[in-house]
Order: sequence, then C-alpha cells, then structure tokens
Amino acid sequence: MNIFLFMISCILTNNFIFSKFLGCCPFLGVSSKVSTAASMGLAVTFVMTIASFFAYMVDQWLLVPFGLDYMRTIAFILVIAALVQFVEMFLKKSSPGIYSALGIYLPLITTNCAVLGVATLNVTAEYNMLYSVMNGFFSALGFMLAIVLMAGVRERLESSKIPQCMKGFPISLVTAGLMAMAFMGFSGMV
Amino acid sequence: MQEGNRISNLKKVFTNGILNENPTFRLVLGTCPTLAVTTSAINGLGMGLAATFVLLCSNIVISMLRKFIPDKVRIPAFIVIIATFVTVVQLLLQAYIPSLYDSLGLFIPLIVVNCIILARAEAFASKNPVVASGVDGLGMGLGFTLALTLIGAIRELIGSGTIFNMQVMGAGYEPMLIIVMASGGFLSYGLLLGIINALTNRKQQQKEAE
Repeated sequence: MNIFLFMISCILTNNFIFSKFLGCCPFLGVSSKVSTAASMGLAVTFVMTIASFFAYMVDQWLLVPFGLDYMRTIAFILVIAALVQFVEMFLKKSSPGIYSALGIYLPLITTNCAVLGVATLNVTAEYNMLYSVMNGFFSALGFMLAIVLMAGVRERLESSKIPQCMKGFPISLVTAGLMAMAFMGFSGMV
Repeated sequence: MQEGNRISNLKKVFTNGILNENPTFRLVLGTCPTLAVTTSAINGLGMGLAATFVLLCSNIVISMLRKFIPDKVRIPAFIVIIATFVTVVQLLLQAYIPSLYDSLGLFIPLIVVNCIILARAEAFASKNPVVASGVDGLGMGLGFTLALTLIGAIRELIGSGTIFNMQVMGAGYEPMLIIVMASGGFLSYGLLLGIINALTNRKQQQKEAE
C-alpha cells in the first residue's frame, strides 16, 4: 500500500477515536483545555510509536519462536508499562520542561487502550516492522487531532447555555458523536 | 448482631456498584468498550459478563495479596494479575463461544486496560478483606453488564429493529443504521447519560423538598 494513502487512512478514515473507539477515556477525560489536550496527544504519540516498535520485536523474536502467542496480552502490557516508566525517568532527567508539561499524563498512558490496541492490531493485521511503527505513529496523530479538536469545541461549550442534566460528560459525548459523523465523510477516500 | 451488620454492609457494597456508583452511568469509566461493543444487546451482555469475571477474580486475588505487594510496584502487580485473568477469559471464549469471540474481537484483550477494573483494585480491593472485595467486584461487574446490555438493546432496537436477534419492530420499520455506527454510539450513550442525570437530579430535589 502506498505510504501516503496509509497515512491518510490512519489519521482520517480509520481514526482511532471516531471509528475504532480506542482511547476514549483520555479523549473524554483530558479534553477540557486545548493546551493539556495537546500535551496528552504528544505523550501518546511518543509512547504509541515506541510501543509499536517494541511490541513488534517482542512478538516476532520472543513470543512466536517459542510458541507463546497466548501470552501476548500479558507480554504487551508489561512492555508498555515498562516503556512508560522508562520514558518517564528518561524525560525527567534529560528534559524537565517536557516532563513537567506532560505531568500526570505519562503514567496514565499505561492504561490508555489506544496503546495496547495498536500493538494488538499490528499483530492481527500482520504488518511488518515499518508498517507497525507507521501505524503507531499515524494513528497517534489521528488521536491527537481528535483530542485537540474536541478540546477546542469544549472550550466554547463552557460559555454556552446547556441544560443542567447534559452538563459534563453527556454533552461531550453528543459533541463527539457529531464529530464522528463529520469524520464519516472521509470514509471511502482510501 | 455483628454478623447481621456484616451482611448488611456487604449488601450495601453490592448495590453500590449497581446503582449509586454504576461504573457506566455514574462514574463514566470504561467508555471504550461501552461505546464499541454495544451495537447489539448480546454483545453488550457478553462483554459485561467477561468483564465481571475478570473483575471478580482480580479483586479477590488482589485483596488476598494486598499485604504482600509492595506499595511502589502495586500498579504493575495489579496489571499482571488482571492480564492473567483476561487471558483466561480470552482462551475460554475462543474455545467455547467462538462467535462472541469474533464479534468482540480486539476488545477482549483490551479488558486489561479497562479503567473500571484497575480503579476497583486500587480503590477497594487493595484496602478491604477478601469477601467484601469479591462482593464489590461482583456488584460493579453486574452494574457494568446491566448498563452495557441496556445500551446494546436500545441501539439494536433502533438500529436494526431487533432485541437479542429477535424481530421486535414491525415489518414496515426502516432501521436507523446510524445508531449502530460509530457516531450513533457516542450519541446514544450521551443522550442516555443525560436522561439518567435528569432522573437522579429530580429524585434528589424531591428528597430535599421533603
């Protein structure tokens, strides 16, 4: 498949949030301000790209040769948890600026289903290493696009009149539904 | 007397998960599986029961080990315990209910990162005795199952005119496909959450008026 088409399909057509429902918790939880949403998006992009690479290696060189495919879920979640811990320590030492910007979002990524989701999807889709890493990176960009757009809308929602019962999560979900409808327009592009 | 107290406490813990702290409608946790698998009632039920099994087992085991797990590595330890039970569920479903395994697909391994399970491990099982933790897991799991089945049934009814694959709507009914698609998931969950908020608000106002 053409790399450009693959990118478009990951970011727009098969957007992780709007068509696969992966990473909805942070999408709803940390999208109240554009700046925090952008940091969360950056942190997820970082971890998802590296996690795709490491999960691919663990799967191809450890699990498959020894016939341990049934251990995949446990192995992947351990790889991701270790990776997040490592990234956190590394950033703390080398670039405290980025570290403090990402703050509490880094440890939260361990339980972001987008990361485990992309690692598992790469295996079921039988991507090679290049495509696995690209899938991780571009899907994460799609996630970032969605969460930043959502934060922009929610900042506007703050000042608008909403019925009491729809405040908070309900109106965010309805907004996400309308955005998903808009993203449906991209289907059939690739 | 003490025995009676204990039982009424356990009852409270159990109903807490189903009503007051329903993970889907009150705490809004675990939104990814909620949105993704509720395209039909049977999928919602299957996902809910799978999560309930994992929640029950992981709560019991974590509660048993709570005095041995060092505080610093507790989150990784919890995740490994949860992942073990998810693998058990995954293999069981694959062997005995392959149709459900196929339709839930990716979301079975993703039970590992379902925030409800980790949240209960952290907030309840790591601080409470085994029996209470088991009851809490069962209550939360059933609350989750009920919510998923409800959303699934509503989406299936509007989106394909059936409930549990039985034709409910008349032959002239034109199914609204959008409801079983991605955007319909967000819309129906959001509207349902709004309705439930409105109902609880009204109940609270009535209580205050009295």
